[in-house]
Amino acid sequence: MLDQTPKEIISRSGVCVNPMKTCQPVGALYAALGVHKCLPHSHGSQGCVSYHRTLLTRHFKEPAVASSSSFTEGASVFGGGANLKQSVKNIFDVYNPDIIAVHTTCLSETIGDDLNSFILDLDLPDGKYVVHCNTPSYVGSHVTGFGQMVAGFIKYLAKKEEKSDRIGIFPGFVNPGDIRELKRLLKLMGVSAILLPDPSDALDGPMTGIYEMFPEGGCGLPEIRAIGGVRQALALGTLASKEPALVLKSQCGVETALIPQPMGVANTDAFLRRLMDISGQPVPKELELERGRLIDLMLDANQYFYQKKVAIFGDPDTVTGLLSMALELGLFPIYVATGTPGEAFVKQCQDIIAQYDVPEAKIKASSDLFELHQWIKNERVDLLIGTSYGKQIAKAEDIPMVRAGFPILDRYGHAYHPLIGYHGARRLAELVAGALMDRYDRDCADEDLDVVM
Amino acid sequence: MDFKSAVLGKYNARIYKSRKDHIIEVKEGQAQPIAANTRAIPGIMTNRGCCYAGCKGVVVGPLKDTCVITHGPIGCGFYSWGTRRNKARPDADGSNYIQYCFSTDMQEPDIVFGGEKKLKKAIAEVMAIFKPKRIMICSTCPVGLIGDDIHAVASQAEKDYGITCVAFSCEGYKGVSQSAGHHIANNGLMKRIIGSDDSGSVGHHTVNLLGEYNIGGDGWETERLLKKIGYNIVSVFTGDGSLADIARSHRADINLIQCHRSINYVAEMMKTAFGINWLKVNFIGLKAIAQSLRDLATYFGDSWLIERTEEVINEEVLEVSPAIATYKERLNGKTAAIFVGGSRSHHYQDLLLDFGVTTVLAGYEFAHRDDYEGREVIPTIKEDADSKNIENLVIEPDRRYRAFLTPQRYQELKETIGLEDYSGMTRHMAEGSWVVDDLNHFETEEMIRVLKPDVFFSGVKDKYVVQKAGVVCRQLHSYDYSGPYAGYQGAVNFGRDLTMGLFAPAWKMITPPWREAKNA
Repeated sequence: MLDQTPKEIISRSGVCVNPMKTCQPVGALYAALGVHKCLPHSHGSQGCVSYHRTLLTRHFKEPAVASSSSFTEGASVFGGGANLKQSVKNIFDVYNPDIIAVHTTCLSETIGDDLNSFILDLDLPDGKYVVHCNTPSYVGSHVTGFGQMVAGFIKYLAKKEEKSDRIGIFPGFVNPGDIRELKRLLKLMGVSAILLPDPSDALDGPMTGIYEMFPEGGCGLPEIRAIGGVRQALALGTLASKEPALVLKSQCGVETALIPQPMGVANTDAFLRRLMDISGQPVPKELELERGRLIDLMLDANQYFYQKKVAIFGDPDTVTGLLSMALELGLFPIYVATGTPGEAFVKQCQDIIAQYDVPEAKIKASSDLFELHQWIKNERVDLLIGTSYGKQIAKAEDIPMVRAGFPILDRYGHAYHPLIGYHGARRLAELVAGALMDRYDRDCADEDLDVVM
Repeated sequence: MDFKSAVLGKYNARIYKSRKDHIIEVKEGQAQPIAANTRAIPGIMTNRGCCYAGCKGVVVGPLKDTCVITHGPIGCGFYSWGTRRNKARPDADGSNYIQYCFSTDMQEPDIVFGGEKKLKKAIAEVMAIFKPKRIMICSTCPVGLIGDDIHAVASQAEKDYGITCVAFSCEGYKGVSQSAGHHIANNGLMKRIIGSDDSGSVGHHTVNLLGEYNIGGDGWETERLLKKIGYNIVSVFTGDGSLADIARSHRADINLIQCHRSINYVAEMMKTAFGINWLKVNFIGLKAIAQSLRDLATYFGDSWLIERTEEVINEEVLEVSPAIATYKERLNGKTAAIFVGGSRSHHYQDLLLDFGVTTVLAGYEFAHRDDYEGREVIPTIKEDADSKNIENLVIEPDRRYRAFLTPQRYQELKETIGLEDYSGMTRHMAEGSWVVDDLNHFETEEMIRVLKPDVFFSGVKDKYVVQKAGVVCRQLHSYDYSGPYAGYQGAVNFGRDLTMGLFAPAWKMITPPWREAKNA
C-alpha cells in the first residue's frame, strides 16, 4: 500500500498528490440539498454533476439529485446562456421544484458566463425562483463552495423587512446527524431558530417504499426570506459560514457571530452560553447531566488517551473542532492538516493548542495526504482521525483510524451521528478509546490480554 | 398505458422531440433504429459523465505503471481517485501508481496566466519523487479554454527525462458523454504506445484482452480461465494493465473485445496497422463464457486447444453448478431492468438468463447506435458537430503487418464465429421488452412504476432513488463493492449478491406491524 511514498520529503509547489480537499461545486450542491423543494443545478459540462452526485451519494448512502447545463464544445465557445435558459424551462416542466440553485463550474467561470444577467433575463413561472452562486473550482475548496451557496440563497431571497423573533443559524458543512443534534440543543435551550441549510430529512431519509424527489424538511422558502429579519445569527464554522454571515450582515443588517463548530466540551459550553444569553433561560438539567456523563467517560477512559500521538486531517471547521476534542481527551495532536487553502486555519489551530501543555504540532493548510503520510513516516502516530482516504495511510503504516469528516465513503450510518454537542464528543471519545484499545488487544502478548480494561 | 407513452406524455414539446427516438419497444425480427450518442438535454438529469471521465477515469486510469497527472483544478482528479474499483497488483518491477492521485490543482493565477508552468513543475516533482518511466497527462475543462499546450509539455518532458510522456486533451466539454474520452484515449495509446516494443518473445496462442478494466477483479478471473486453457495474454486494455505490456500488444494473434464501446477503436486500428483480427467476447454468464471460449478455440483451430477448451468448460461448470442451481431456484421468474455503460447492459442479460431472470428494459448511458443495432449500421451513422470534434486517426498498414488467417479462413470464421462483428444488444432481447438510450432520472422513476421490475441494475446515483421506492438496486459499475462477476466463479458471486439483495430480511420490515394490522 502506497509503496511509492518515500520517507524523504521534497518540497512541492507543482503537484498535489492524494488530495485532502475537492472542488467548490460539490459543497454548493450539498448546501442546496438542504433547502426544501430546491434542485441544485450545475452550470457546466455534465461530468461535474455526475461526479458530485456520486460523491454525495456515497457519503450519505442517500439519493443526491442535481441537474446540469450539459455544456458541449459549442456552449463552451459561445457561452452557456442558452443552456441555462433551456435547463430552467425543462427543470420546472419535468421536476417542478420551487427553487433552482445554480452554481458555476471552472468551465463556465473560465469563459466568463454572467449568471446575474442570465437569471435576470429568465421568464420564470409565478412563485418559482432561480438563485445562483459563483464556485470556481480553482479557488478555495468544497467548503468555500458550501458557504458561497448559502450566501447565494440570502442574496436572492432574504428580506430584512420580514421581522422575526427567531434567530438565524448557519450550521456549516456538517452531517444530518449534527443538524438533528443542533435542533435538539436549541429546543432544550428554548431557542427558536431558522437553520440554513437544513440537510436532515433530505440526506437521512427513512425507508418507506416511496421515493420523494423533494422530501419533507429542509429550510423552506419562507424561512430563507425571514432569515433577513432575525434578531441575530450564529454562523457555525468559521470558514463554511463566513460568507453567509458577511452577506446577511451587509444586506440585511443582522448581527452575526462567527463561531467555531460546537465540537468538544469547551466549544459546546461556549455555544450553550450564547444560547443562554439569547433565550435568557438557564441550561436545563438534562443537558448538564449529559455533560456530566461525557466528563465521566473522559475520566474513566483517560489512561487510554493519555499522550497518544494523533494526526488529524480534513476540512478546516471539522479539524479545529476535532483538535479541541482531542486535546480535551488528553491526546497529543502532532499533525494537523487541511487541504483547503487559508492561513487562518493554522493560526486557529495554534491558538487552540497553545491552551494545553503539549508538544509542538505540525499544522498546515493546502496540504495533501501524501505530505501527511511522509510526516508520519518520519515520526509515527498512534492514531489517525480523518476521512476515508486516510485508510490508505492507516493500512500502509498499520495505524488505527477513526473516521470523521467529509467524505466517508466506506462506512454506513456515520452521517446519522453527530460530532457536535456533548453527544458528539461522547461518541468521538468512545470511537477513539475503542480504536486504541482494539489495537492494544490485537498487538499484545497472550499473557497481557486483559479481560478487564 | 405503455412505458413509452407514460414517459413521453409528461414531456414538453422540446424534450418530447429529443427523447422520442431513444425509447423503443423490441419487435423480434425487425430492424430497430434507435437514436444514440446525441447531446444530453440541459436540465434533464442524465447519468452521463464527461470526456475526462471516459479518458482518465475509464481507459487511462487503470494503467498501473504510469503516473497519470490530471491537469486542472482539484475536483476531477479527486473524483476519479480510487472510485472505480479497477483493481491492480504491483508490476514485476514493483511499480503501482493506482493508489495515487496526481493533480496540478490549478489555482486562479494559473487560469489567468496559463497553467503550463505549473504542469512542468508538477512533472519535475513527480520525476524527483517517484522516478516513473511513464507519465500521462489528462486535461480538464479550463485547460482547453485557456489554451495550455499539454502536448508540447509532454514532448519536452520526454526529452528532459528520457521517459514516455503522453498527453490527452480530454476536456470535459468535448463530445456528448464519456464516449468521446474513450476515443481520445484509444487514439493516444495507438499513436504512442501500441507497437513500440518488439523485444523478447510473447509466446504462442497469444491474445490481448480489450475493454476489460478489472472491476472487482473481473479481469483476473477471465485471465485465469484463458491461461488454464493454454493461451498467453500479451496485454490487457487496461484493467491491472501496464503500458509496458500494451507496447507489445501488436504482436498478439487476436484481440478479444469485452467492452465494445470503450475500446473498439483500438481493435479497428490494430487490424488496419498490424492485421490483428478481433473477436467480440463475453465472459459474463455461463453460456456466454462457453461460447466465447469455443469461438476462440475455433479461431486458432488446433485440435488440442479445442479439446482442452471443452475440458476446462466441463470442469468449471461442474464446480459451480450446485451453487448456480441453488441461486436459480430462488431467482427463477424474476424480472430485471439494466442501465449501465460499455457492453454490460447486454452482457448481464446473458448472466441473468442463467438464473432464469428475464430483462424487461435495458439501455446504455453513452452507447452509439452500433452497440444497440449491430456494427452493420456504422456506415449509415451520420457524423454530427460533436462527434466531428473528436479526431479520427487515419491508420496505414505497418511494416509489421501480419495476416494470421488465410483470406478464405477469415471469411469462414466471419460466418461461423462472428469474427470482427458485433450484432448489438437489441436483437438479443425478447419481444415486448424495452430499450432506452440515456435513461434519465424521471424515466427511471416511471420505469419502476410502470414496468415494476424485481431488480434494477444501475449505478450509485440511481441506487438509493430506486431502493427508496422499494425495489432493490444493484450497482453494475462497482458491483456494490463485491465481485468478480466475470467467469464461472463470478457467476456464483453474482447469483449470491442478487439473492442477498432481493431477500434481505429488512425488505419485509418497511411497514411497521401496527400499520400492517390497520390495513388488514
